[in-house]
Amino acid sequence: MREERTEMSKDDDRSPPLDLRGADIAESSSKTRNCVTGSGHVTGMNPMEFQAPYPDQVLENVLENVLQFLTSRRDRNAASLVCKSWCRVEALTRSELFIGNCYSVSPKRATARFSRVRAVAIKGRPRFADFNLMPPEWGAHFKPWVAALGSAYPWLEKVYLKRMSVTDEDLKHLAEYFPYFKELVLVCCDGFGTRGLAVIAKKCRQLRVLDLIESEVADSDMDWIGEFPESGITCLESLIFDCVESPINFEALERLVVRSPSLKKLRLNRFVSIGQLYRLMVRAPQLTHLGTGSFSLAEGVAHGDQEPDYESAFAACKSLVCLSGFREIATDYLSAIYAVCANLTSLNLSYANINAEQLKTVIFHCHKLQTFWVLDTICDEGLQAAAATCKDLRELRVFPIDAREDSEGPVSEVGLQAISEGCRKLQSILYFCQHMTNAAVIAMSNNCPDLEVFRLCIMGRHRPDHLTGQPMDEGFGAIVKNCKKLTRLAVSGLLTDQAFSYIGRYGKLVRTLSVAFAGNSDRGLKYVLEGCPRLQKLEIRDSPFGDEALRSGLHHYYNMRFLWMSSCSLSPQGCREIARALPRLVVEVIKDEAEVNRGECEEHIDDAFDILYMYRSLEGPRDDAPHFVTILH
Amino acid sequence: MESKVAYENGLNLKATELRLGLPGTDIESEEQALSSSRNNKRPFPDNSKECGLKGSSDDAQHSDHETAPPAKAQIVGWPPIRSYRKNNLQPKKGEAEASGIYVKVSMDGAPYLRKIDLRVYKGYPELLKALENMFKFTIGEYSEREGYKGSEFAPTYEDKDGDWMLVGDVPWDMFMSSCKRLRIMKGSEARGLGCGV
Repeated sequence: MREERTEMSKDDDRSPPLDLRGADIAESSSKTRNCVTGSGHVTGMNPMEFQAPYPDQVLENVLENVLQFLTSRRDRNAASLVCKSWCRVEALTRSELFIGNCYSVSPKRATARFSRVRAVAIKGRPRFADFNLMPPEWGAHFKPWVAALGSAYPWLEKVYLKRMSVTDEDLKHLAEYFPYFKELVLVCCDGFGTRGLAVIAKKCRQLRVLDLIESEVADSDMDWIGEFPESGITCLESLIFDCVESPINFEALERLVVRSPSLKKLRLNRFVSIGQLYRLMVRAPQLTHLGTGSFSLAEGVAHGDQEPDYESAFAACKSLVCLSGFREIATDYLSAIYAVCANLTSLNLSYANINAEQLKTVIFHCHKLQTFWVLDTICDEGLQAAAATCKDLRELRVFPIDAREDSEGPVSEVGLQAISEGCRKLQSILYFCQHMTNAAVIAMSNNCPDLEVFRLCIMGRHRPDHLTGQPMDEGFGAIVKNCKKLTRLAVSGLLTDQAFSYIGRYGKLVRTLSVAFAGNSDRGLKYVLEGCPRLQKLEIRDSPFGDEALRSGLHHYYNMRFLWMSSCSLSPQGCREIARALPRLVVEVIKDEAEVNRGECEEHIDDAFDILYMYRSLEGPRDDAPHFVTILH
Repeated sequence: MESKVAYENGLNLKATELRLGLPGTDIESEEQALSSSRNNKRPFPDNSKECGLKGSSDDAQHSDHETAPPAKAQIVGWPPIRSYRKNNLQPKKGEAEASGIYVKVSMDGAPYLRKIDLRVYKGYPELLKALENMFKFTIGEYSEREGYKGSEFAPTYEDKDGDWMLVGDVPWDMFMSSCKRLRIMKGSEARGLGCGV
């Protein structure tokens, strides 16, 4: 919090940049003075004239000066509800705009309310769309936003998008509309390619951050790295492109790194070989975050004796705290990173197929590790080693090398138990496995009281506790009961309505819940909708919940960001009822087109659908819905 | 992705595919193909009612006990791993590992090219699945005589001699060593390639 405050005052509060400020201050003063006083009289004054200020005015000026320090958007939302005056002033002083669902409010409405925004974050598609459950082209287009932002906030500096469709054209507009543009972060986005990146690189002269995270970037055969200005120092601080699945111009990248003394974060894609990595590292020893690229030799290069001293290159990076990459790891080179392990707070090996022995050599040094992402190839043994060393661990993610239901399960309850015993400060866990026991989950609920995020994915559907044969109800029940800070939960395995009864009874802080192949009847969903007052995001697939259960959430849907239900027992009529009862809810029913095309639906009733996706909105039905989406009313 | 039917049929027809090996040499994969077609359960919305009941869980347990379990039909989007991650996990590389075989993939009507590493895939079903994910379309059912039916797209490749062939016509290993680039053809051109080859 303190850090944010100094940043704000350093950038001189919430006004646009200096050369635009003169005009704006006059405007803003008259804005605050153009308040409707108790008598309904609007005062429009020349700000240069002296006039004894109204009491209201004084209050608003004071308020403005105070509210500018409020950074938490939840606090701001609360402040804006106090009275109209506070609402107005809060709107004037909000510099970071967060839109959790791009369809909940229109660009026009958002920009009309908040006039001095410098940073925008927008989220689009529902998360389950990541798993191919929905046809692409569903929506979440950035286009209408970029146009509105362009006219409302010419001083815009930062754009953060998650699960949005962004085109090259949109990126071109970003570069054109915003001369002070500094930060672009695209997470899980698609629709653009290297052509769009080239425009950003070329035109955004003040670019500090270009982060592409888990986004799909099409290959337009364009050398986008080469489009960064060729001469002069850049202000680049972060360049993350590990998800870009096309080769880059390495020489241009090397020159760019040399010209970027402020560069702290660099995450390379798998087309950068370890030899090239070396060359970059020796030119950028100031890096704090490094994604190593392939971490193996380039094609056609043999393992020879003239190899660079990778170990010393790593040792020279004394500020390195976050290490990732290892996309095509040649394990012989793993020892090069030992020197930095002692300082690491974050290590991502989730693309590296390494075994327990190989992991041990690394993890042994990582005493300060707080975030650890890894593949299950390290087995329970590897997890035990991590548990023994990483006493400060806050976040663990264990991904499967073989993401199928019936694959071998290298990790199990043994690993989970070990982690729970060794890493008492754990706050967040995502764990994929084939087999689990209630006992291990209960143990974690007792050993790790700080847990806020518990996501367990037992990959075999409906799999019970493999030692007792019991459903996994008791395990998840213990999590919601004992982990008093729990806000996010994902359940799996064989689960009866009892599990949901526990969630409803104890999960009072749960905001996000993911359910798949679970429950027996409507009662399950009812427990949750009636019991969890903080629930905001609910995603359910392939579970036997029907119209009656859906009805039981009517009192709560306006408080939620969205509800997703696919392959459940809903009927079109049931969904229509909800749409009629709640006019401010947009109720979309979606047909999974791919199924229809292959003629695999038995009887294709016109009304039949696969997915219900509903969300509150101030705008009513969206006008960009594709043909496979029907909005009920 | 979703076209499990295509895979199952593809695997079943493998026995009748034109191969250079003697018939009967690939018994193991034939057995696998047969048992996996038995397990093929399509998750219609109607069936979800049964999901929570014991019947389904018994099935899950039963398959655990099989000594060499064949690949079960995969449910769409399960487990919930993003396809980016699924497609990008590289096999282990030791010192003398062969480098990847990278070929460009284009699709008629799509403005962008992709590049894939053929070494990542163990066979045609995986390759086709990856292509479907990449370009968001469905491939039809493969048959030796008629090519890919049921979809307007057909995957083709250019071989060493510069000829355009239908993907799946030759054994996988031969394909890997001769494929120079891939092209997903659309419409009548695609159908023309399938017939009379």
